Amino acid sequence: MQYFLNEQQQMVRSLARRIAEEKIIPVRAELDEKEEFPWPIMKELAAADIFRVFIPEQYGGLGGDWLDLCLAIEELSRGCGGVAISYAASALGASPLLEYGSEEQKQKFLPDIASGKKLAAFALTESAAGSDVSAISTSAVREEGCYVLNGSKLFITNGGEAELYTVIAMTDKAKGPRGASAFVVEKGTPGFSFGKKEKKMGIRSSVTRELIFRNCKVPEQNLLGREGMGFILAVRTVERGRLGVAAQAVGLAQGALEAAVAYARKRIQFGHPISSFQAVQHMLADMAMELEAARSLVYATAKTIDSGAKSFSEEVAMAKVFATDMAMKVTTDAVQILGGIGYMRDYPVEKMMRDAKVTQIYEGTNQVLRSAIALDLLKRKAMRE
Amino acid sequence: MNVVVCIKQVPGTTEVEIDPKTNTLIREGVKSILNPFDVYALEEGVRIKEQHGGKVTAISMGPPQAEEALREAIAAGADEAILLSDGAFAGSDTLATSFVLAKACTKIADYDLIICGRQTIDGDTGQVGPELAENLGIPFVAYVSKIEEIKDGRMRVRRMIEEGYEVIEMSLPGVITVVKEINVPRLPSLRGMAKARSAQIPIWTAQGLGVPMEKVGLLGSPTRVIGIFRPQRTRRGELLQGSLEQQVEELVDKLRQAKTV
Ligand SMILES: Cc1cc2nc3c(=O)[nH]c(=O)nc-3n(C[C@H](O)[C@H](O)[C@H](O)COP(=O)(O)OP(=O)(O)OC[C@H]3O[C@@H](n4cnc5c(N)ncnc54)[C@H](O)[C@@H]3O)c2cc1C
Ligand SMILES: Cc1cc2nc3c(=O)[nH]c(=O)nc-3n(C[C@H](O)[C@H](O)[C@H](O)COP(=O)(O)OP(=O)(O)OC[C@H]3O[C@@H](n4cnc5c(N)ncnc54)[C@H](O)[C@@H]3O)c2cc1C
Repeated sequence: MQYFLNEQQQMVRSLARRIAEEKIIPVRAELDEKEEFPWPIMKELAAADIFRVFIPEQYGGLGGDWLDLCLAIEELSRGCGGVAISYAASALGASPLLEYGSEEQKQKFLPDIASGKKLAAFALTESAAGSDVSAISTSAVREEGCYVLNGSKLFITNGGEAELYTVIAMTDKAKGPRGASAFVVEKGTPGFSFGKKEKKMGIRSSVTRELIFRNCKVPEQNLLGREGMGFILAVRTVERGRLGVAAQAVGLAQGALEAAVAYARKRIQFGHPISSFQAVQHMLADMAMELEAARSLVYATAKTIDSGAKSFSEEVAMAKVFATDMAMKVTTDAVQILGGIGYMRDYPVEKMMRDAKVTQIYEGTNQVLRSAIALDLLKRKAMRE
Repeated sequence: MNVVVCIKQVPGTTEVEIDPKTNTLIREGVKSILNPFDVYALEEGVRIKEQHGGKVTAISMGPPQAEEALREAIAAGADEAILLSDGAFAGSDTLATSFVLAKACTKIADYDLIICGRQTIDGDTGQVGPELAENLGIPFVAYVSKIEEIKDGRMRVRRMIEEGYEVIEMSLPGVITVVKEINVPRLPSLRGMAKARSAQIPIWTAQGLGVPMEKVGLLGSPTRVIGIFRPQRTRRGELLQGSLEQQVEELVDKLRQAKTV
C-alpha cells in the first residue's frame, strides 16, 4: 500500500523500526517477565530524537504531526506494546500543553519533553470515574498564588517515572463538568506522592500507578487554559490519545502477523508446512486484510487531523475501535497458528495477545466508543456529506 | 580535537564473490554498507569531539555511490564529509589507497587524530591504517580498544594483543585503528538523518589532491592478486577425555610415541 509518507515520516518509521529491532525485541521478554520500566530504551529513544516527533520546532521538536507520532508508536509497538505505551503516554501528557498551554508554559515544559529528558503523563481516571469522567472528585481549591489539590488518580501510565503530570481536578464542583480544570504538576511537589505499582496482564514493562494528592500546592502559573476548561481539554487530549492507541494496536498486530507467517512456513505437520493448509492460509489472509484496513483508517485519521480538521472525534473513535478489535483478533489468531508453542512464553505471540487486550479498554472502552459513534450517526440521520 | 575518520563502503555480506578471471571482487547486486569496524571508528571520533570539542570529518575513497556511506556517517554524528573519487583511483590497492587518503589528510591539514577501522570485511588486509601513518610520517597504534586519556598533545590508549592488552602513549597527531570492543555505536538520530540528507559532500579528485597518476589506481598498485584459496588445515588438535590422571598418562604416552620426551 502506498501511503505517501513524506521524507520525515519515512525516516521516523525506519529509525523507530531499527530501534525496535536492535534495542527492544532482544529484551522485551525479559522486560515483560520482570515488569521493569524500560529506562535504557527511553534513553535510546531520546538520543534518536523520537520524543521530538510530537513537539513543534520552536520548542525543540521536529514538527508535531500526528501521522509522524502514529508511525513511531506503531513501529515501537511492533516490538513491544509496553515500551510503546510508555513513549505514547509522554505524548499524551504533553498534548494539553501543546493545545492549551501559554507561551510561557510551553517554553518552560516542552523542550525537556522533546529532548526526552523528562517523561510526561496524563491523569484523568479515578476509582469512581472511569468511563464516566464527569464523576471525578479530586479537588483544586484556589489559595494565595496556588491551587491546593486533594484526591487521587488511578491507573496512571508513567506514574512515578514521569516528571510532568497533566492532572484534571474540580475547581468548582457545583458547576459539574464546567467546574473542572487542568494543571501541570511536577514530580517532587510537596503533597504529591505515588501509590502502588499495578500488576498487569500485559504491557508489563510500562508502569501504571496511583497518584495521591494531599494538600498539594500547585503554583497558579501551572493552570492550563482557564478555570473550567478541564473537561474540554481532557476530552480533546483523550481523543488524540485514542489515535495513539489505534496505532499501538496496528503495530502489535503487525508483529503478531509476522510471527505467524514465519512460523507457518517452517512448522511441518503431516509432512507439509502448516502454511500449505487452507485453514491456516485463510486465517493469515484475514489477519493481513483486517490489519491493512485498520492501518489505512489510522493513517487517514491522522492525516485528517494534520490537515487542520477542527472536529475529528468520530473518525478517531472509529479508528480506535476498529484497530483495537482487529489487534485482539489478530494476536489471538497468531497464538492459534503457533499452536502449543504459541501459548508458551518462549515465543512472543502470547505476550502480544496480552498486550493487545488493554487497547480495547483504555482511552475509552470500545463499548463506550461504539455508543458515541452510534450517537453521532443517529444525530446525522444517517446521512453523510 | 579535530578528528578525521576514514570510512569505506563495503558489500553488505562477508561472502563476496571473487571474479576468477580478474581476481577482483564482484560488487554488482550486493547492497553496500559502512564497513562495520568503521562504524566504531566513527563513534569514537564523535565521542572524542563531545568530550574535547572540535569536529569530526569523515573521508572515503570510492566510487560516487560511496557518498551514501558518508551521509550515513553524518547521520551518526560526523560534522563534515569528503568523498575522494576519481576514475583514476579505480583498482587501487592498499598502497595507492593509503597514499590518496594521506594526500586528503594533508589537504585537510588541521587534524589531531585519524581513526580507521582495524580492517575491512571485503579487502580484509588491515594495511591501510598503518600505511596511512607511514605516508604522513606520524605515530601509529593498531587494535585500540580504549582511549584512556587525551592531554597536552598526547594520547594514552589500550591496544588489544593476543594475551591481553598493552597501554601505549603516543604523541598527536597520530593514526589509530580500532576494534569493536572500543564502544557501542549509537543509532542515528532524526536530526542527524535530516542533516545528512541535505549535507553538501564535496568531491576531491586526483587533480584537486595533486596526486600523480602513476601513484594511484592500477598504475600505483604493485599488489598482484595471483590466486585466492582457503589455506589447508594442516594442524590437528586432539581432545583428551577422562579423569585428569588418565589424561596426563595418555598425553605422556603420546608424547613418548612421538619421541618428543
Ligand atoms: C493499563 C492501563 C493504563 C491506563 N492509563 C491511564 C492513564 O495514563 N491516564 C488515565 O487517566 N487513565 C488511564 N487508564 C484508565 C482507563 O482509561 C480506564 O480504565 C478506562 O477509561 C475504563 O474505565 P474503568 O476501568 O473505570 O471501567 P468502567 O468504566 O468501570 O467500565 C467497566 C465496563 O463497563 C462498560 N461500560 C461503562 N460505561 C458504559 C456505558 N455507558 N455503555 C456501555 N458500556 C459501559 C465498559 O465498556 C467496561 O466494559 C488506564 C487503564 C489501564 C488498564
Ligand atoms: C583479493 C582482493 C581483491 C580486490 N578487488 C578489488 C576490486 O575489484 N575493486 C576494488 O575497488 N578493490 C578491490 N580490492 C580492495 C582494495 O585493494 C582494498 O579494498 C583497498 O585498498 C583498501 O584495503 P582494505 O579493504 O584491505 O582495507 P583495510 O586496510 O583492511 O582497512 C582498514 C581501514 O582503513 C580505512 N580504509 C580502507 N579503505 C578505505 C577507503 N577506500 N577510504 C577510506 N578509508 C579506507 C578504513 O578505516 C578501514 O577500516 C581487493 C582486495 C583484495 C584483497
